Amino acid sequence: MNFDFSDDQKLLRDQARKFLQDKCDRKSVRTILEDNQKNYDSDLWSQISELGWTGTAIPEEYGGLGLGMLELCVIAEELGRALAPTPFSSSIYIFAEFLKSYGTDEQKKKYLPLIASGKKIGTFALSETNGKPKPNNIKTQHTSGKLNGSKNPVSDGESADYIIVAANSDSNLNYNSLSLFIIDRNDSGVDISNLDTIDPTRPACTVDLKNVTCDRLGDEGSGWEMIDNIFNRAAVLFSFEQVGGAQVSLDEAKKYSLERFAFGKQIGAFQALKHKMADMYVKIELARSNAYYGAWALSTDSNELPIAAAGARVSASEAYNYASQENIQIHGGVGFTWEYDCHLFYRRSKLLSLNIGSIRQWKENLISNLEKRNIV
Amino acid sequence: MDFNDTPQEAEFRKKVRSFLEANAEKRSTLAAKPKGDSGSSISSAGAPETVKGEDAAKVALDNAKEWQRKKADAGFAAILWPKEFGGYGGTPIEQVIYAQEEHDYFVHSGYFEIGIGMLGPTMMSWGKDEDKKRFLPKMITGEEIWCQLFSEPSAGSDLAGIRMKAEKDGDEWVLNGQKVWTSGAHFADYGMIVARSDPTALKHKGLTYFYVDMKTPGIEAKPIKQISGSANFNEVFFNDVRIPDSQRIGAEGDGWKVSLTTLMNERLAVGDPPGLDFDQIFEASKEIEVEDGLAVKNSEVRQKMADWYIQSRGLQYTKYRSMTALSKGQTPGPELSISKLVTASKMQDVSSYALDLMDMSGMVHQDQNPILKNLFQNGYFFSAAMRIAGGTDEVLRNIIAERVLGLPQDERSDKKLPFNELPSGKN
Ligand SMILES: Cc1cc2nc3c(=O)[nH]c(=O)nc-3n(C[C@H](O)[C@H](O)[C@H](O)COP(=O)(O)OP(=O)(O)OC[C@H]3O[C@@H](n4cnc5c(N)ncnc54)[C@H](O)[C@@H]3O)c2cc1C
Ligand SMILES: Cc1cc2nc3c(=O)[nH]c(=O)nc-3n(C[C@H](O)[C@H](O)[C@H](O)COP(=O)(O)OP(=O)(O)OC[C@H]3O[C@@H](n4cnc5c(N)ncnc54)[C@H](O)[C@@H]3O)c2cc1C
Repeated sequence: MNFDFSDDQKLLRDQARKFLQDKCDRKSVRTILEDNQKNYDSDLWSQISELGWTGTAIPEEYGGLGLGMLELCVIAEELGRALAPTPFSSSIYIFAEFLKSYGTDEQKKKYLPLIASGKKIGTFALSETNGKPKPNNIKTQHTSGKLNGSKNPVSDGESADYIIVAANSDSNLNYNSLSLFIIDRNDSGVDISNLDTIDPTRPACTVDLKNVTCDRLGDEGSGWEMIDNIFNRAAVLFSFEQVGGAQVSLDEAKKYSLERFAFGKQIGAFQALKHKMADMYVKIELARSNAYYGAWALSTDSNELPIAAAGARVSASEAYNYASQENIQIHGGVGFTWEYDCHLFYRRSKLLSLNIGSIRQWKENLISNLEKRNIV
Repeated sequence: MDFNDTPQEAEFRKKVRSFLEANAEKRSTLAAKPKGDSGSSISSAGAPETVKGEDAAKVALDNAKEWQRKKADAGFAAILWPKEFGGYGGTPIEQVIYAQEEHDYFVHSGYFEIGIGMLGPTMMSWGKDEDKKRFLPKMITGEEIWCQLFSEPSAGSDLAGIRMKAEKDGDEWVLNGQKVWTSGAHFADYGMIVARSDPTALKHKGLTYFYVDMKTPGIEAKPIKQISGSANFNEVFFNDVRIPDSQRIGAEGDGWKVSLTTLMNERLAVGDPPGLDFDQIFEASKEIEVEDGLAVKNSEVRQKMADWYIQSRGLQYTKYRSMTALSKGQTPGPELSISKLVTASKMQDVSSYALDLMDMSGMVHQDQNPILKNLFQNGYFFSAAMRIAGGTDEVLRNIIAERVLGLPQDERSDKKLPFNELPSGKN
């Protein structure tokens, strides 16, 4: 058994951490938070693209580095720690993974090198309304090569050059009527309007589509199946990003609790806070271990992936939500100020836990996949 | 990353499997423990006696000893112990492999866990050679059973607060006082005990560690009835108990240091308690009907089960991470401190929730209970003990906060004064 990252992967982690400490400090995160005109840190984006991070798990023949998913997990954790304000998850965990798994050779050649080099950004548009996306509420239509409908919210849509859109080829909406299509955001029928989000460093928008030209991705009618698979893959990567953020929330809570005095001692000496931080630690360790298992399943194309991914996703979402929320609590009044960084994590944790479906949804995925495995 | 056994590990696993197949009975997820296993460890502390009466208890003990003998003959009773004391001389990974495989079988082990898991290793670290030769092999084979005489009415979490008197008289020590919660003292052959040899010294300095023959005149063990109805732990009275100085383990006044070895091993020994977990409630949920059909189809039930799944597997994978660290010669990771903390509460939540699912029939708790063989009723009681024994939830959180996270120690008033000048309660 070898349930750990390799020395090379750990080296990559150290390098990534140092790089981000330098190039993605809290000041640069706040610039994106506070500047309505900026959707992401474009300097950071070009630097991490130059380092090849965007191409980490994209095969060399399509312009990537051709490293594995484990390396991508390592990077995801570091991006989470640094609160990196970039469209990395939309473009790399999701858009690139869709192309890698379902693109024709021609599509891969067309899109992946641009995504790998970071020159272009991709995202995915699924949701159209409140609540869980499902066959009866995805109404965007595909007719004779054109898309019509409205998507909302679409993560990183304003930054995106390409969008994969989920649409029906049949007016009778059902599980087998959904297909995926790639569109170019410069098409004159695409209208994008910004939405405020709970974490403005991770923006979203509405995408309206009027007779937009599109290119089908994958088999007709297999949209939901592809989405399930790619969301499972992305869930593992998100879980690393979440574990990274959760760990920093705990570290900062601890640091503050050692500096702040009340009632004549460090607040970190109060057992109520010690036990709270012990609970944060336990949740984070469990999440980290579940994420490792997800990484193993992802990197080996195991048929355990749906279970491993859901376990990692639920565990990491819960750990980060808890850690970021109790980090504010441990800070007391200053934790509720704009000036202190606690809210950056509080925002990010909740946004990440919703991005590819809520905890509720992933718990349901977990149990239904366990039921399926049991039958097999 | 991979989960593959190395060729040596695979070889070992094969050996273990064929031993278990030949000698033990497989069990299903929803099966209880072997009948009558009211062993000494906390792992069965809350299990009601399935067979009642002294004869039945003796039969159960005999059966357990017979199984232990077989396990010892095959070399699997103490995988980490050196061969010279009857151990396997194996690696932590082999220990885990054995535990993984044994998990699927009905076996008795409760009676021997405290000896092999905690007291034996203490003797190995601190004992004299002749004692090791004399006692360790019989500990492994189950011929002699050991108990841990640590807790007292006034000292549990705060173990160093014990008052049991040890007074030197020539070449002998005279022990006077009371121990309590001593699992298995009523059938144990030997015990390890920590006592106060110098009440005028600082609290942690005046302690000395010994072993005692439980048949020594002046020792009396009285079983205490537990909330589960059975009586697996005892109060043990010491009345002018005379033992030779040769039964001292470690130097006079070093009792605290020696005890820490035992406690460290306790974390290892109880780190992986068996019992009710996600798998049990998942299986049960397929048999229990709630308002809208089978429990497993109910959305609230599914949401809850998912939480227990991530805790359960999270612990398992944490253990894999630690094993990996061990195999690379690094110190083990955090699982020693988080495992029991998470497991005990999970078990309590799982059993309490399962009883809710059973609705009115959840009330029934008797041997003939046809519903899931009392599994969750027993777990409901046993889990309450697990949150206390071997370090309470609160003590474990303190350990994580102080030793893992490096937060300040609790303020305490007992470090600077001699023991006999410390404040104490009515106990
Ligand atoms: C929205 C808002 C509005 C407010 N309005 C007012 C106002 O109008 N007027 C006013 O005077 N104040 C106001 N306050 C201040 C508020 O009363 C304090 O923030 C609060 O009392 C906590 O004090 P603190 O911020 O100094 O945190 P600290 O006291 O430093 O606490 C930090 C952490 O340590 C913990 N802690 C501290 N002592 C102990 C202990 N003995 N045991 C265990 N844990 C401990 C706390 O629970 C907290 O988790 C406001 C605060 C907020 C957030
Ligand atoms: C089933 C069972 C089997 C056992 N078997 C044995 C055995 O074989 N041998 C043996 O020696 N002992 C045994 N014990 C005893 C066990 O080790 C003690 O019960 C345990 O250490 C707690 O001590 P206590 O019962 O005195 O509770 P206390 O220490 O009095 O604790 C009471 C409450 O106070 C809390 N508390 C205490 N100190 C702190 C602190 N510093 N911070 C916060 N909270 C605190 C505790 O968490 C607990 O909630 C057994 C116990 C059980 C339940």
